[in-house]
Amino acid sequence: MKNKLKVLRAERDWTQAQLSEKLDVSRQTINAIEKGKFDPSLPLAFKISRLFDLPIESIFEDESSSSK
Amino acid sequence: MSKSIECNEWTRKNAQNVKRLALWTGIWLVTMAIAAFGPKFLWPGNEMISTIFIAINWLIGVGMIWANGQHLRGLDELQQKIQLEAMALSLGGGLICGLSYSLMDTTNVIQSDAEISYLVMLMSAIYMVGLLRGNRRYQ
Repeated sequence: MKNKLKVLRAERDWTQAQLSEKLDVSRQTINAIEKGKFDPSLPLAFKISRLFDLPIESIFEDESSSSK
Repeated sequence: MSKSIECNEWTRKNAQNVKRLALWTGIWLVTMAIAAFGPKFLWPGNEMISTIFIAINWLIGVGMIWANGQHLRGLDELQQKIQLEAMALSLGGGLICGLSYSLMDTTNVIQSDAEISYLVMLMSAIYMVGLLRGNRRYQ
């Protein structure tokens, strides 16, 4: 699954550590999500969505649907 | 700014969980050592004291399991996934190698008796390898 987390974080000038603090997860988790190595659970995805005030589908993109 | 990040609630709670688990594990190890070596060096021949210390060690073990549960529940979802994969590897590896080791003993392929301590050491080693592998994969 692709995501725009890194771009959104950079737009707000937040570090990975700052974002991890806001989401109550480890910096390792933020890094893994940004690199596409780990897909967050639905509750965490909603949390990210609320934090950036954006719908989930504008942050996360299903790669199988985007390739169609 | 960085100081406030280091001290946020989630991080603090996790650090507390790790300290609690370390404390329970430490006490469990000490009571295990007392229960194991006490009959030889401290109370030779007194089975009542041995029974009491084995019971204490067992109860502390239950507390250690509780502390481990608290620690695991406090981790975030990626950390829990890494732990789960490492524990699955450790359990599977321990089961397969443990049974093979036991078979080698019962079929006299090895001369010495199969010791459970070797299995514990093997499972710990596999668990640590699993953790390292998981952490590296999600780096």
